[in-house]
Amino acid sequence: MKRFFKLNHGAKKRGPVVNASTLKHTFDRRTVVIGGLQYGVGILLAVRMGYLAIAENEKYRLESESNRVNLTLIPPRRGWIMDRDGAPLASNRADFRVDVIPERLSDPDVVLDQLGDLLNLEPDRIVDLKTVVSTSRGFAPIEVASGLDYEEFAALSVRLPDMQGVVPQRGFSRFYPTASSVGHLIGYVGPASAEEYELDRNPILITPGHKIGKDALEKQFEQELRGVPGARRVEVTAGGRIVRDLETRDDIQGDPVRLTIDGPLQDYAARRIGLESGSVVVMDCQTGELLCMASMPSFDPNSFSDGIGSVEYAMLREDRRVPLRNKVLKGLYPPGSTVKPMHCMAFMKAGVQPSDTILCGGGRRIGNRFFNCHSNHGSVDMAKAIYQSCDSYFYHFAQQIGFDKVAAMAKDLGMGQEFDLPVTSQFYGTVPDPDWKFNKFGREWQSFDTVNASIGQGYYLASPLQLAVMSARLATGRRINPRLILDGAATDQPDYNFNSEEIAYIRGAMSDVVNGPGTARRARLPFPDIEMAGKTGTAQVVSLSVSDGRSGPWKYRDHGLFTFFAPTENPRYAGVVVIEHGGGSGSAYPIARDVMTFMFDPQKGLDALKSLESQWGGTAQQRLEARYAEYAAERGATVTPPPRRSEDIFDRVEAEARVAAQQTEEIADEFLVPRADTNSNVTPPSPTGVN
Amino acid sequence: MDNSRGGIIPQPIARQPWNLLIPLFMLVAFGAAVLYSAAGGSMTPYASSHLIRFSVFLVMASIIASIPRGFVRFMTYPAFIIVLLMLLGVEILGQVRGGSQRWLDLGFMDLQPSELMKPVIVVTLAHYFSSLPVGFIASWRALLIPGVLIGMPVGLVLLQPDLGTSLAIAFGGGVVMLLAGLPLRWFIAGGVAAAAAAPLVFFFGLQDYQQRRVMTMFDPEADALGAGYHIAQSKIAIGSGGLFGKGFNNGSQSHLQYLPEPHTDFVFATMAEEWGLIGGLFVLAVFSIILKWGLTVARESHDRFASLLAAGMSATIFFYIAVNLLMVMGMAPVVGIPLPFMSHGGSSMMTNMICIGALMMVNSWNRNAPRSGLSG
Repeated sequence: MKRFFKLNHGAKKRGPVVNASTLKHTFDRRTVVIGGLQYGVGILLAVRMGYLAIAENEKYRLESESNRVNLTLIPPRRGWIMDRDGAPLASNRADFRVDVIPERLSDPDVVLDQLGDLLNLEPDRIVDLKTVVSTSRGFAPIEVASGLDYEEFAALSVRLPDMQGVVPQRGFSRFYPTASSVGHLIGYVGPASAEEYELDRNPILITPGHKIGKDALEKQFEQELRGVPGARRVEVTAGGRIVRDLETRDDIQGDPVRLTIDGPLQDYAARRIGLESGSVVVMDCQTGELLCMASMPSFDPNSFSDGIGSVEYAMLREDRRVPLRNKVLKGLYPPGSTVKPMHCMAFMKAGVQPSDTILCGGGRRIGNRFFNCHSNHGSVDMAKAIYQSCDSYFYHFAQQIGFDKVAAMAKDLGMGQEFDLPVTSQFYGTVPDPDWKFNKFGREWQSFDTVNASIGQGYYLASPLQLAVMSARLATGRRINPRLILDGAATDQPDYNFNSEEIAYIRGAMSDVVNGPGTARRARLPFPDIEMAGKTGTAQVVSLSVSDGRSGPWKYRDHGLFTFFAPTENPRYAGVVVIEHGGGSGSAYPIARDVMTFMFDPQKGLDALKSLESQWGGTAQQRLEARYAEYAAERGATVTPPPRRSEDIFDRVEAEARVAAQQTEEIADEFLVPRADTNSNVTPPSPTGVN
Repeated sequence: MDNSRGGIIPQPIARQPWNLLIPLFMLVAFGAAVLYSAAGGSMTPYASSHLIRFSVFLVMASIIASIPRGFVRFMTYPAFIIVLLMLLGVEILGQVRGGSQRWLDLGFMDLQPSELMKPVIVVTLAHYFSSLPVGFIASWRALLIPGVLIGMPVGLVLLQPDLGTSLAIAFGGGVVMLLAGLPLRWFIAGGVAAAAAAPLVFFFGLQDYQQRRVMTMFDPEADALGAGYHIAQSKIAIGSGGLFGKGFNNGSQSHLQYLPEPHTDFVFATMAEEWGLIGGLFVLAVFSIILKWGLTVARESHDRFASLLAAGMSATIFFYIAVNLLMVMGMAPVVGIPLPFMSHGGSSMMTNMICIGALMMVNSWNRNAPRSGLSG
């Protein structure tokens, strides 16, 4: 210990003095430090554990519960959509369903192929599923198939232990007994999209197996139809295995919606349209209740509920008869001669007497120009102008009173109007007048515009629904508004206060169209005591130089229209038949005749339909299925998938419907030489003819 | 010690360190109860084998406790070399067979040499420092040779790769070096160097999965279904237990398999879920009794070899406890280190019981040669 300064200095270089005693001392000191550190760690652990178990207990207790307990919502059974007699147009079917949970699939492609084999899924469905599964993440189940029968379900169940992530379920699926007949009217259901969930953050929307209304009435009445989901609380393992049921609450079925539609009539009309592309609307003239809103060809809403398949979508999209478009609401057509009785009402209101005659010399000079009629009618009064559909008469008097007054009457009777109906969208159409033309095109109204519009051509556009309403209003003389929901609500139906002699005169002339010397004598009902009145219409879509309207390319053929009401004396039903490119009104009024025959004597109507369907190759639904099988076999592998969002599909369909409606505008800026719609003795061209 | 004064109890029984053994028995029994629950309310496969192993290794520990000092010193270096050769052996076997190999098949049992190395490195370094002349304690001999002695096994175990065990070996060795009286500044310098090297090791030395585990510690939610899942579920289990737990056999996290490894690495979480904070404090209390006893044994010995040996063994047990508990509470990365005396597993039970046996051995040396006797 005693050192010189120098030595001390040297010792510093080697470090402090070390001997056994200092080492023992160091050891003791450091043991205490290490012991202290150990206690420190012990206290840290105790505090940390106290924090987790006391301060954060509630949070972790909740997380533990949410681990343990899996709350499964049971999709509620959807409310029925019923026809006026309470028969279901949309009901539910108990069935089996299979979901997959992408996160738990060991090899999605292999498992989906296996499922495809087991459940006989179509190749394009498997391809669609693989796309969906590969782009989705997490534990949200994806529906593979629904509507399985017990055999398929049993075949799958025995393989389940080897297929992790595949979840079989019992459930209900939407069922549309009359299938494509109600496709456009009822719409369909499907799983909610991400956007729909954004709008309505209801957890039921993302529950597998739950479908929401995607179109038409299913969409409009979503809230009423939805019901209240049931719930099932189960204890699950981390691997998803259910240990036991904790609690189950039953679902509450959605409320039914009862329509004014007459189910059998709707189905009959849809089937009767046959191979054509068209629509049939029938209304109850007294109440405005819509009995039938058939639009064909259509899709099968049953097959859309699993999502719209690629092949099916491609087939529907490529079809020029646009099966995705609801033609009742979104088909716009020049009304053609069907507006003539209504125009006559305008003439009479302006002081024209029914007995006033003009001379049709195969046409008529208006101003300084000669405009053709489709025929030479000689001396023509109002009745003959209606039942022979003489154009010259309308050129003359429309020019005489001015088209403004005619347009006002048209609007009053429903043309260009929107109706208060629970539909997703309806097109207004156009009733042209000078102001409208100037606003839209910046051009003055010309005499040829009056001429075109006076016979329902030119810029004139109407939807079948509007034509049916016009027909009902003419038949009753009252402002009938169409109704779709059978809720017994009283409707205000103010009288137009038409002169009763005048309106009787018009009805008489319309009766003559069918029952007299008119243009639709073949439309006469096969009953001795019930007569139908109507008005034919042939709407040209291209000028005479392009096509004669009856043969040649399908898309250039004339539309066939027929408005009607029956019985003539005391109108009870009114409606319209519109056949796209039917080649003239001859394609339309036989359908109206059969639909009204069915209305008064279903058996007689069905007999007529049966023989036709045997020629066509089955009912509409059978033909749709056959066509799909053929298309899938031919094109199965080469189709492009449909848009992911059904909104995109609707937007596209609607845009195309608008474009299609504008087609006639192209020829409206010139006088259109009219064609005869007296096809009584002309067989309409086959709609399947070459194009 | 104190018990030895009792005249009624026979000497061989009274001689045992009951103030260690009774808490230890309680902990092992408690561990068996937790394992019973982890097996879904069954003695098999965990609880019964846990108890059987403990009994077997307790016999082993009491045999170790009776080894005389001279024999231990005589056997130290040969034992070190043998275990090192065994480590080399598994490495070579692994190379030959392909894939990583950690154990040797001795026919009657699988032996993990890396487990044996944990107590052996402590004995070796204790022997080295006790025979190192006191003047050399601040010289290169005190650093370099122990560095090599630690480095060789650590390197071989890292090759396996087994990060947890290599850290345990390094920790045990490091504590012995610290207690041997090496200058503190070397440790500070070493600590600074380690801190500087840590990023390099992290990015170049660690496997992908190990990197993820480290990152998970800082942000457990980042990978909630991957590496963070274990930690998250463990914290849920501990936190949801609350003060008194969900009750024996009622842990949903463990029974429904949300908790990974509920019978090995995460046995503490399994326990905490069912027994709550009370159970946790009991476990911590028993561990602190064991560790305090270990350090007391070390301090009571005036034999330098024995005190370093006892302190090193105690530190090795502490390392297991600390790393495991920090991990299950989300304060350390997921390293596969089980909890002593509670986790199901033969190797860790063996290592820890060797440590306990060594402590009992030093304790018996202390009694035979009281502090007034031989000095270091």
